[in-house]
Amino acid sequence: MDDLNRTPLFDLHLALGAKMVPFAGYDMPVQYPLGVMKEHLHCRATCGLFDVSHMGQVLLRPLSGDVDDAALALEALVPVDVLGLKPGRQRYALFTNETGGILDDLMVARWDEALFLVVNAACKEADIAHLRAHLSDTCEIEVQDRALIALQGPGAAQALSHLVPGVEDMRFMDSRAFGDLWISRSGYTGEDGYEISLPADTAEGFARRLLEIEAVEPIGLGARDSLRLEAGLCLYGHDIDTGTTPVAGGLKWAIQKARRAGGAREGGFPGASVVLAELADGAQTARVGLRPEGRAPMREGVVLFEGEAGGEAIGRVTSGGFGPTVGGPVAMGYVPAALATPGTRIYGEVRGKRMAAEVVALPFVEQGYKR
Amino acid sequence: MMKFTEEHEWLRVEDDLVVVGITAHAAEQLGDVVFVEVPDVGVTVSKDDEVVVIESVKAASDILAPIDGEVVEVNEAIVADPGKVNEDPEGEAWFFKLRVEDMSQMDDLMDEAAYKKFVG
Repeated sequence: MDDLNRTPLFDLHLALGAKMVPFAGYDMPVQYPLGVMKEHLHCRATCGLFDVSHMGQVLLRPLSGDVDDAALALEALVPVDVLGLKPGRQRYALFTNETGGILDDLMVARWDEALFLVVNAACKEADIAHLRAHLSDTCEIEVQDRALIALQGPGAAQALSHLVPGVEDMRFMDSRAFGDLWISRSGYTGEDGYEISLPADTAEGFARRLLEIEAVEPIGLGARDSLRLEAGLCLYGHDIDTGTTPVAGGLKWAIQKARRAGGAREGGFPGASVVLAELADGAQTARVGLRPEGRAPMREGVVLFEGEAGGEAIGRVTSGGFGPTVGGPVAMGYVPAALATPGTRIYGEVRGKRMAAEVVALPFVEQGYKR
Repeated sequence: MMKFTEEHEWLRVEDDLVVVGITAHAAEQLGDVVFVEVPDVGVTVSKDDEVVVIESVKAASDILAPIDGEVVEVNEAIVADPGKVNEDPEGEAWFFKLRVEDMSQMDDLMDEAAYKKFVG
């Protein structure tokens, strides 16, 4: 048997009656007694608590003492304007490789004395090695052994402000410390909410105090996936990977002007020639939203076709399932750029039958971010 | 009397027909059901034919014909509202009714006590 890692909230998950599954080397709650559907709807209606302690948390502390130096060093690995990030703000970023593929996606927060990174659980060992290989000359790379709790939904601000007064004044993508708590107003559900990094030994007590609030229910990985899918957010290893580029992945918005052609710090990241060319000319494929016309879900791996019969495969579904808030099947996948216009009708092969699906703009649900 | 299969289906004889559904245990394991595809009425099925597709929030699964017979009625209510499968799996949310030539096919199936033991 594999030895699965446990998060600091493992005992709490069992006490709450969670069904546990292996995920990225961790024993994680896939659902609680409420079930995936109700957990999903509860989070959109009020507020859900997620244990995301399996994710990697890394502080980059500049050896020079000047955070600009850490920002410039990190810019050599990401096509993102880190230098231009204001203190107390956070931004979505991507580690790219030499061919413009995506090694991982992450969040970067800029504080007065350091950069704080949150990376995917499945990639964290490789990401940390990548950071050590490229940034050791400029930064102290401090891997954190902290818990990470997400509180998401329209009731999140009210719930969290009971425990941490002041969080209600944060804006979307603000990031700051409240004593031992490192809080950002962000998340992975498309809703307003927070991610709270905290010392492992205080995590269970903190989570229990949040769960004592009437509005707050624990939410498992099952609903986390359907929430982020409806929000049109990528799951690394599925919707984006080393075979997809930021432009094909629909992540152009993550590449700020300063790093584009003619910008103050144009290029200078792995795969820049590929990515800059695609920014100018477009990519051959595009990640799109798909709304199957029937009720049958189109899941990851469903092969896509242009017509109802015959023809070559044009792409495939990278994430798909039932969207509880949408009330029907939703999916994302890659298609040739010429077929990526919303309103285009394509077909997915489900159990040997071609089923119609409409290309739609993402996200599937309205964003609740407090900008 | 209800009979049960190792694939977690239940069968109940009603008049001269056999009604088939999935057990509460199976519904619980599947999670929230979001899609059901039932066979066409009039189709003749053999034991272990894939007759129903059921998808939950988690995954797709096939329901196999537990015995030979002819499909004479299907439950359109669960197609319209798949959530019924979670609400009342052993009652209202039956899947299809079979006309069966040879009722002795039922003899090999588990009774309730045996099924309870089977699922532990």
